[in-house]
Amino acid sequence: MSKKEIYAVKGLSVPETPASAQEPKPWKQTQMVGKGIPRVDAYERVSGTAVYPSDVLLPDMIYGAVLRCPHPHAQVKKVDVEAASKMPGVRAVITGDTPEARVEWTYSKEARSSLFDPHCRFEGEPVAAVAAETPYQAEDALRAIRVEYDVLPFVVDERDALKENAPSVHGAGNVLKTEKYERGQVDRGFREADVVLEENYRTECQLHTPMELHGCVAKWDGDRLTLWESTQGVYAVQAEVAEVLKLPLSKVRVVGHYMGGGFGSKLKAGKYTVIAALLAKKSARPVKLFLTREETYLAVGNRPPNNMRLKAGVKKDGTLTALDFSCTGTGGAYPSGGTSLVDWLVRDLYKCPNVRTECTDIAIHTGPARPFRAPGHPQGAWVLEQMMDALAEAIKMDPVELRLKNIPNFSQGKEGNPPYSSTGLKQCLEEGAKAFQWKVARSKALAPGETGRIKRGVGMASCLWVVGGGWPPSTVILKLFPDGSLNLNMGASDIGTGTKTVMALVAAEELGIPLGKIEIEHADTGTTQYATPSGGSKTVPTEAPTVRAAAISVKQQLLEMASKELKLDAASLVFQEGSIAPAKDPSKSVKITDLSELKKRGVVVGIGYRGPNPENKAIIPFAAQFCEVEVNTKTGEVKILRFVSTNDSGRVMDRLTYDSQVIGGITMGIGLAMTEYRVLDRDQTGRMLNRNWHDYKLPTALDVPLEMTSLPVDREDSQANSVGAKGLGEPVTIPTAPAIANAVYNATGIRITETPISPERLCRLLAEKRKEG
Amino acid sequence: MKRIIQLTINDKEYEVAVEPNQTLTDMLRYELGLTGTKKGCEVGDCGSCTVIMDGIPVNSCLVLAMQANGRKITTIEGLETEKGMHPIQKAFVEKGAIQCGFCTPGMILSSKSLLDKNPNPTEEEIRAGISGNLCRCTGYQKIVDAVKSVGK
Ligand code: FES
Ligand code: FES
Repeated sequence: MSKKEIYAVKGLSVPETPASAQEPKPWKQTQMVGKGIPRVDAYERVSGTAVYPSDVLLPDMIYGAVLRCPHPHAQVKKVDVEAASKMPGVRAVITGDTPEARVEWTYSKEARSSLFDPHCRFEGEPVAAVAAETPYQAEDALRAIRVEYDVLPFVVDERDALKENAPSVHGAGNVLKTEKYERGQVDRGFREADVVLEENYRTECQLHTPMELHGCVAKWDGDRLTLWESTQGVYAVQAEVAEVLKLPLSKVRVVGHYMGGGFGSKLKAGKYTVIAALLAKKSARPVKLFLTREETYLAVGNRPPNNMRLKAGVKKDGTLTALDFSCTGTGGAYPSGGTSLVDWLVRDLYKCPNVRTECTDIAIHTGPARPFRAPGHPQGAWVLEQMMDALAEAIKMDPVELRLKNIPNFSQGKEGNPPYSSTGLKQCLEEGAKAFQWKVARSKALAPGETGRIKRGVGMASCLWVVGGGWPPSTVILKLFPDGSLNLNMGASDIGTGTKTVMALVAAEELGIPLGKIEIEHADTGTTQYATPSGGSKTVPTEAPTVRAAAISVKQQLLEMASKELKLDAASLVFQEGSIAPAKDPSKSVKITDLSELKKRGVVVGIGYRGPNPENKAIIPFAAQFCEVEVNTKTGEVKILRFVSTNDSGRVMDRLTYDSQVIGGITMGIGLAMTEYRVLDRDQTGRMLNRNWHDYKLPTALDVPLEMTSLPVDREDSQANSVGAKGLGEPVTIPTAPAIANAVYNATGIRITETPISPERLCRLLAEKRKEG
Repeated sequence: MKRIIQLTINDKEYEVAVEPNQTLTDMLRYELGLTGTKKGCEVGDCGSCTVIMDGIPVNSCLVLAMQANGRKITTIEGLETEKGMHPIQKAFVEKGAIQCGFCTPGMILSSKSLLDKNPNPTEEEIRAGISGNLCRCTGYQKIVDAVKSVGK
């Protein structure tokens, strides 16, 4: 297929146009939305012509680099940059002593710090920065900087941080906060139960490591700063940089365009953004500053490690009677959600009248966390979904059955218990089990007499994601030109999920314009509209209804124009394939491109605003995942054979990008379950030991199952918004790890309560079990 | 001190002045503006900098520019012809084997050198062929599907 063939869509009819102030009706049938149409920017991405921020080359550009504290806890006594400043090619050096660099930095509302804080509370805190003609010269200059540190006692494991005499991160004890939640009567609930189980669990710290490094190019034109930043949200970066540097927002332009992945770690600006701006100012040259891979392991976020305990009660008929959950966790040296949302699934996923949770966030000397795809949820799922599996076994019920028994139709965890706008959890479970052939696969795995060293097992888990409906604000502008081509202008970033493609499909659907005639301007605070960062599974449900509203505004204006031209009431006119005609007499049509007013004006501008969500409704995506594994009981190796994921994320907007999200999410979950964890030298140095992809292992093409199936429960949620879609990006990764753990249990009878499910760990547990007989 | 090297990139002859410590990645990106070759780690772990050198896929971050003297290099920019995209590029587009796209040039070049040697690879061979290329977004399945579809 040539590019033209892919994109050309012929004979589109468009949906009805609502009168102004009227809400659009859900689409009855779609021509573009929901099909598997390739990305609108696929060519750029496969040809190397897409320019990512790290690819930006400007005339005269020089290169920045950051010197970071090598200790988990130290006081900077002196920074000597004299030698470094005289190195060849060096154009600027800044430290905490540089007057312009004495700016405040807020890691979080509760803890203010400064850009070059002399009190370094984690390995990787910036101490100084340089800019030089080449990246190599910048690197050399860093090595010439001499820093005197007072190395201080540290604690880099939250399990040590509460011990007496533990070094303190912020002066007092290391507990940042404890949050409690309770409903019903938990103790009575346990008394009513036929079975009560209790277990401790732990998930390790996972790192985002998107393929494109964190960083930016900074350039000043007089007092106006332009930043090309690898980011999920250009407006968020703009706001932060403007605040730190005390500049009017209008003087800070942030350009995102393409970006190579973020997963939550690029929702905001980094210290590196401000440092690049300062270096550019000082050197009067554009500065490119991208972190090294090693630095990103230390300083740009992670998924916090969590220690969790769950006690659960169930009746013989599968009714949950009580859940009592507690956890500790750490977001590192500055408050950054070390336990945030870890208890959410316990509160909200299954019907249970009596629930108690308690979460304690602890400070330690490591880099601050940043939101990581479905914050808190995979950790909570690791606990709850393994517990559900254990409860099902205890009452001799199928695990799918147990979950089906406990599906709520309203949110128990949210204020006021709002009903769900839609819940497809039942469909996810039933359709997933059917596609997976759960019953057959399970009975095969459970069949007695398997004596070989290789054991098979199946497991499943389900989930929801706390917010999947998107929300205001967002503004989108569509410009329809007299030749029938369209410009779509939005502030949202396409972080790889296919945002641009989905939005182009919505515009094409509504206006009947082929994709090849739609151009997109996006992710630029200078030229595009306000949008919140792309993340949290909210981009499609936020932006798509906004695009639809803008398209409808364009259509309404066109109808007005046609009404003047045909001297007929606008309400009596309809669209038909590029023309407008009286509903009753289609022969009297006028082609849109022939409308004289359109030609005169040169453009029709349609502005769409994201309206509010329906009141008192919880808009929540759901999912279930099923997997089969093979365990080598001699070596402890686990081979994941297949995965089926069913997702209720409302309407499927584009099948290709949808499936890709699902399979990518499973893969990231496989990483959490099997290989990804931060290793810190807990006793000797407090430093991170696996700060590269060689030692910190992401799944490769050989580590994922040959068979991964994405099975959408494709039902539009007409209450949620005008396109009927809910979010998808987070739920796809939540149930993966516990589904694998449950399958390993099914195969071996060993409950792995701590990630990762490594061969060493499994071998040890298998040996212990053999010893016990 | 800079030295002049001569090499062929995407069938074009180049003469470039390079520092002895400059990597091939940096030479391509900074000296020649061929930024389709990406940088993810600079230590040979991720494969986003993959180029084909004398028929063999290499991590260009582990090759010094000097070592490329006299060699033949293919980068992602060299795959398209007047006839349009390379069949592997087309397959990536149609199968949806792309998300953020940052690993894509490296993936495509690893796939190309696999297919050049083995036009009908099995699924296992494809997976082994791209196992040096990390992708944080897609989960590989559609990439494998794309390569498979070209193989047939
Ligand atoms: S940049 Fe060369 S392998 Fe990662
Ligand atoms: S598509 Fe983003 S890393 Fe592969």
